Amino acid sequence: MNPAARWFSQRGLGSLALLALVILVVFPLTLDVFRLNLVGKYLTYGFVAIGLVMLWGYGGVLSLGQGVFFGLGGYCMAMFLKLEASDPESTKIQSTPGIPDFMDWNQLTALPVWWEPFRHLPFALFAVIAVPTLLAFVIGFAMFKRRVGGVYFAIITQAVALILSVLIIGQQGYTGGVNGITDLKTLLGWDIRTESARTILYFVNAVLLIGAIVLCRWVQDSKLGTLLLAMRDKEDRVRFSGYDVSMFKVFVFCLAAALSAVGGAMFALQVGFMSPSFVGIVPSIEMVIFAAVGGRMSLVGAVYGTLLVNFGKTYFSESFPELWLFLMAALFIGVVMAFPDGLAGLYERHVKPRLARRSAAARAAAASAPAGPAAAAGGGTSAKPAIGGQSA
Amino acid sequence: MSKAELVLSIEDLTVSFDGFKAIDALNLYVDKGELRVIIGPNGAGKTTLLDLICGKTKASAGRIRFRDQEMTKLNEHEIVRCGIGRKFQTPSIYENLSVFKNLEVSYPSGRGVFGALAFRCTDEIRARVDEVAGEIGLREHLTMEAGLLSHGQKQWLEIGMLLMQDPELLMLDEPIAGMSVRERELTAELLERICRNRSMIVIEHDMEFVKRIAHKVTVMHQGKILAEGPMERVQADPKVIDVYLGH
Repeated sequence: MNPAARWFSQRGLGSLALLALVILVVFPLTLDVFRLNLVGKYLTYGFVAIGLVMLWGYGGVLSLGQGVFFGLGGYCMAMFLKLEASDPESTKIQSTPGIPDFMDWNQLTALPVWWEPFRHLPFALFAVIAVPTLLAFVIGFAMFKRRVGGVYFAIITQAVALILSVLIIGQQGYTGGVNGITDLKTLLGWDIRTESARTILYFVNAVLLIGAIVLCRWVQDSKLGTLLLAMRDKEDRVRFSGYDVSMFKVFVFCLAAALSAVGGAMFALQVGFMSPSFVGIVPSIEMVIFAAVGGRMSLVGAVYGTLLVNFGKTYFSESFPELWLFLMAALFIGVVMAFPDGLAGLYERHVKPRLARRSAAARAAAASAPAGPAAAAGGGTSAKPAIGGQSA
Repeated sequence: MSKAELVLSIEDLTVSFDGFKAIDALNLYVDKGELRVIIGPNGAGKTTLLDLICGKTKASAGRIRFRDQEMTKLNEHEIVRCGIGRKFQTPSIYENLSVFKNLEVSYPSGRGVFGALAFRCTDEIRARVDEVAGEIGLREHLTMEAGLLSHGQKQWLEIGMLLMQDPELLMLDEPIAGMSVRERELTAELLERICRNRSMIVIEHDMEFVKRIAHKVTVMHQGKILAEGPMERVQADPKVIDVYLGH
C-alpha cells in the first residue's frame, strides 16, 4: 500500500468517504425531492446520534435527554423563522399584527422581550449553539462535579426532557404549546418550502453532518479522546493522574448537546416546523436507539443506524402503525443483547476480517510471483498470510 | 535523620465511618528521600491512610501537610498536581491502550480540557516515555496492548505511569502482590532506583521484601501507630510481636 492510501485507511477515512458518497451523491441522484427531504430529516437525527457516540460510546455517559438539545436548537431557529413569517403585512387579520399567530390566539398583545433578539439571524444562529450548550454545561457541571453518573445521570436527563416538554406545552402563548412553532416560510426572504430550497438545504445539512463527523474524529484522535476512553474503563486512575475527570465529562456532554442542536436547527429549516414532540422522553430514547443500532463506538455507523431505523419506522408505521413501537422496542433489546456494538460492530467482526484476508491473500499472491525462493519455501505459505493479515 | 527536610507531615489525622474510627489521631512524618514501609494486620487502616493522603477519602479531623501546603481541602487531581502519586492495590492501567499510550497519557501536560485537545506528542515526551519504559523494563513492549501484559508487568506499568509525572511523593499499595520471586527481586531494585530523588510510602505484607527495601517501618494497628523505626527494632518490639508478627 502506498503511504497516502495507508494514511487514508488508518484514519478510517474510507468509511467516511463512502458515507459522503452515499448521502451526497447516491441519495440525491436516486430519490425524488419528497424522499430526499425525508432523508434530510433523518440525517438531522444523525447529529444527535454522533453526539451520543461521543458521549455514550466514548465518554461512557448515557443521556436519555438528547431531545432537549435537539429541541432547543430547533426552537431557536424556528423562532427566527417564525418572526420573519409574522411581518405586519401577512398578519394583518390578527388583532395584534406583527406577532406570531399563536401569540395572538393566546391574547398576547406584544412580542415578549426575550423573543426580540431572535429577529436577527446572527443572534439566532448563535443561540442555536449557545443555549443548548449552556444548559448542558449547567446540568453537566452540577451532576458530574458531584460524581453523579450511570443510571442516575440517565434518569436525571430523562427528567429534564420531561420538564422541558411540559414547560413548552404549558407556556402556550410564548412557545406555541403542543402544536409547536408552525408555518415557517422564509429565511431572509428565501422561500424554504420550494423544491430547489429543499434540495439546497439537504446538501447544507449533509455537508454539516460530514463536518461534524470530521470534528468528532479530531476530538477522538486527540489526547482528550484517549482520556475519554481511559476514563470509561478506569476513572480513578485518570483522576489520580491529575485530571479533573468531571470537566472532561462536562465537555463531552456540551459537545453532544451542541451537535444535537445543529441537527435541531436543520430540522426546523427542512421540515418547516418545530414542536415539543421532539423534546420529550420518547424521541430522546429513540435517538439512543439510532446510535445503538448503528454502533455506539462508530460515528459513521451511527448515521447508518439512524437512516436504517428511520426507513424502518416510515415503512412499518405506514403498514402496521400499531405494531411499530413494539418493533422498535424489540429492535433495541435485540441489538443490545445480540450485537452490543451495533452494525459497525458486525462489520468490524465479520466483514472486515474477511476483506483483510482476501486483500492479504491477493497481496501475497502478487508478492510470491517475483519472489521465487520465498514462495518455494513450502506449500503452507499460501495459507499463512491470512493469519498475518488478521493480526495486522 | 532529624535534620532532614520533611516532605509529608500528618498530624492528629482522624477519619470515622459511622462512628468507627478507621484512623485515630495519627501522626506520621516522612523525610525527603525516605522509603517508608507501612505494615500492619488487615483492617489496621493502611489503605485508608493512603486514601486520605491522596484525597480519595476526606478526613474528619487533622492536618496533612505536603511541602508546607495543606492537602485535606484539595481535590484529588489538585493533590496529584502538587506532586503526590498513588498506585492502587490491583493494577489499574488502561487495558485497551498500548503501553506507549498508557505512559503518554500520564505525562503531566495538556491536563485541562482544551489543553488535552491541543496536546501534541513532542520529542521530549517521546524521550521521557522511552526513559520510563526502560526503567520499568517494558521498552520492548511499547506497542503492545497493555491488557496483554503479565500481572507483574502491569504493576510495573502503573508505577511507570506515576513516574511519568515525576512525583515528589510516591505511594504504592502492595506493589508485589501476586508477583513471582524473580519479579519481586526486580521490583525491589526498581524501587531502590526510583527512590533516589523522591520519598515513598509503601504498604506491604511480605516481611522479606520489607526488610530489603525499608528505610524505616511504621506498624499500624486499629487506626493508630503501634511502633516506628528500623525493621530490626520494630521486629523486636513485644507490642508488635503481640498483635502482628506473633500470629
